[in-house]
Amino acid sequence: MNKMLDIKNLHASIDGKEILKGINLTVRPGEVHAIMGPNGSGKSTLSAVLTGHPAYTVTDGEVTFCGKNLLELSAEDRSHEGLFLSFQYPVEIPGVSMVNFMRAALNAKRKYLGEEALSASDFLKLMREKRSIVQLDNKLASRSVNEGFSGGEKKRNEIFQMALLEPKLSILDETDSGLDIDALRIVAEGVNKLKTDNNATIVITHYQRLLDYIKPDIVHVLYKGRIVKTAGPELALVLEERGYDWIKEEVDNA
Amino acid sequence: MSAINQYIDLYNRHRKAIDTHSGGAVNAIRQQALRVLSDAARMPEKGDEDYEVTSLEEVFAPDYGVNINRIDLGANPAEVFRCDVPNLSTCLYFLRNDAFFAGKNSDNALPKGVVICSLAEAAVKYASIVDAHYGKIARLEHLPTALNSLLAQDGVFVYVPQGVQVEKPVQLVNILNSSAPLMACRRILLVAEDGAQIRLLSCDHTQNPDIDYLNSQVIEIYAGRNAVVDFYDIEDSSDRTRRVSSMYIRQEESSNVLVDGITLKNGITRNDFSVDMVGNHAELHLLGMAMASGNRHVDNHTEVVHKAEYGHTDELFKYVLDGNAVGAFSGLIRVLEGADKTEAYQSNRNVLASDEARMYSKPQLVIDCDDVKCSHGSTIGQIDQTALFYMRSRGIPEQEARLMLMQAFMNDVIAGVRMDALKDRLRHLVETHILGGASSCRDCASSCNQKK
Repeated sequence: MNKMLDIKNLHASIDGKEILKGINLTVRPGEVHAIMGPNGSGKSTLSAVLTGHPAYTVTDGEVTFCGKNLLELSAEDRSHEGLFLSFQYPVEIPGVSMVNFMRAALNAKRKYLGEEALSASDFLKLMREKRSIVQLDNKLASRSVNEGFSGGEKKRNEIFQMALLEPKLSILDETDSGLDIDALRIVAEGVNKLKTDNNATIVITHYQRLLDYIKPDIVHVLYKGRIVKTAGPELALVLEERGYDWIKEEVDNA
Repeated sequence: MSAINQYIDLYNRHRKAIDTHSGGAVNAIRQQALRVLSDAARMPEKGDEDYEVTSLEEVFAPDYGVNINRIDLGANPAEVFRCDVPNLSTCLYFLRNDAFFAGKNSDNALPKGVVICSLAEAAVKYASIVDAHYGKIARLEHLPTALNSLLAQDGVFVYVPQGVQVEKPVQLVNILNSSAPLMACRRILLVAEDGAQIRLLSCDHTQNPDIDYLNSQVIEIYAGRNAVVDFYDIEDSSDRTRRVSSMYIRQEESSNVLVDGITLKNGITRNDFSVDMVGNHAELHLLGMAMASGNRHVDNHTEVVHKAEYGHTDELFKYVLDGNAVGAFSGLIRVLEGADKTEAYQSNRNVLASDEARMYSKPQLVIDCDDVKCSHGSTIGQIDQTALFYMRSRGIPEQEARLMLMQAFMNDVIAGVRMDALKDRLRHLVETHILGGASSCRDCASSCNQKK
């Protein structure tokens, strides 16, 4: 099967401090990967580096995404190529309406792909259709981006944006944090509805509970900037029961 | 020698000519202005209080020409210009430098009794009204105002009689036009009697951007009891234009005034706004917005004095500065003893889009009264990098994302505009000016184009 994402020996630092110390990871179409690990292991850094956050510097390694050198692309072009990050902390942007925000995003992508901009009516129709996937209220869609949204609404809004942009690879960074059980279910169901054989998902999480809804094919443990363990979904259950200490010991004593 | 002296000399040499082309109160206050100027050592300089970063001495120092003898500097602008702000139908008037021209058929749309004409003409024809207000609302001890009063010969007179509402907005297009360095001393007197209503949009443009201009402007606004006055003052001039504008407002009981000072393109600008809230229940919305890049300089100074009970002031000034631009805001709200139940809020918020841009902010409240609600504050920040990355990660190109964020920043100032067509227009102009592409509103397709 084709490799969608291929990360080789990725090193990255912020403010001179190395966080990622040689990540290797391959994601193929149709797969769901879970990346787990204790706080400060580099999970969020990995998602930030992959999506091109300017604060991070890649010091070594390479990342290929759908045959392209991902690290050479700007953040916006990575999005156009089909990479999506559901933010752990979605950003509030007062004064920019959800409609303008998503229209600008979608039309930029269409322009990149050589397609014509969507008409206003087609766009609104699309918004309506996608909104239903995460049961997002029309009122929220007409407000400023994330402004005054509850924690659950923000996360649903992330999945709504994902539905509109139809990415090839979605990275869900702690999408379960701050969600009650009903919101978690809605978000997870939304993600599952968007799942196809041609796209892939990386779920970054501390907890098993999200993985009850979004079933991973492969589970990785990230610790001290490296993937130290990779196994099937059963690994998540073990972690839930035993915590990370046994892995830390294994690694630190090796 | 101070910059003041060259203008005193000019006046002394041409007293007669200056008076010849004007009349009434306009001439009557010159002696008082002359005394103020003669007593002053110099114009305000950098470092003087409320002139922390702006030197008017430097602004007035160059030897500009003043068109004392009213030499005609070209075609009637009403014939040459058209302004087609979309969906905005206005009664159109012009000032070329300081000379007044009425647009075609503009007077026809004015209700009976409303007067919009040359100030020089009004000083004689409507002497009693002009005498009652001209130079009375303005503070002559304020040096740039004294200088303007010494030399001003013409401008615009707007009069709305008691109870009359002017439905259609009035638009005043001010064009600086000369083939040699020029100082224009322009004067606007707006009198809205009790219960009168008027909306005025005044926009400054520059023809021939290679010429140095000094635009000295004094605006006096009288808002009678229950009068509603909206005054939008937009500058869209050139790098070589210096503008020193002083607006004075007197608000009687239950009057409602909106002032919006907008700087889109300029060279060096100093705007003063002074409002006297003399009647109970007076309401003021004082808005300002400045966008500057390159080496532009925008300095706004506001002074609102609450002298009566139940007054209400909402003040908001916002700046977006890029390149090496310098912005300054100093605002004072004073609540005098006895002005109980005053509510006054002042806010100045700024974004610096480059490392070199500078903003100086000085919000002030002076309260001599116990029973009031007041607040003031100021923020200076950068483009929100978190929001910028969020937008880019969704595929919005960086340039466009920055633009959207800057527009969003100006959103609440634009929202305060009480004319929908002008709101749309301002959003468009803000966008155009942030993009830096069409650098002047004259260059864009939907604006005041010069006919070929």
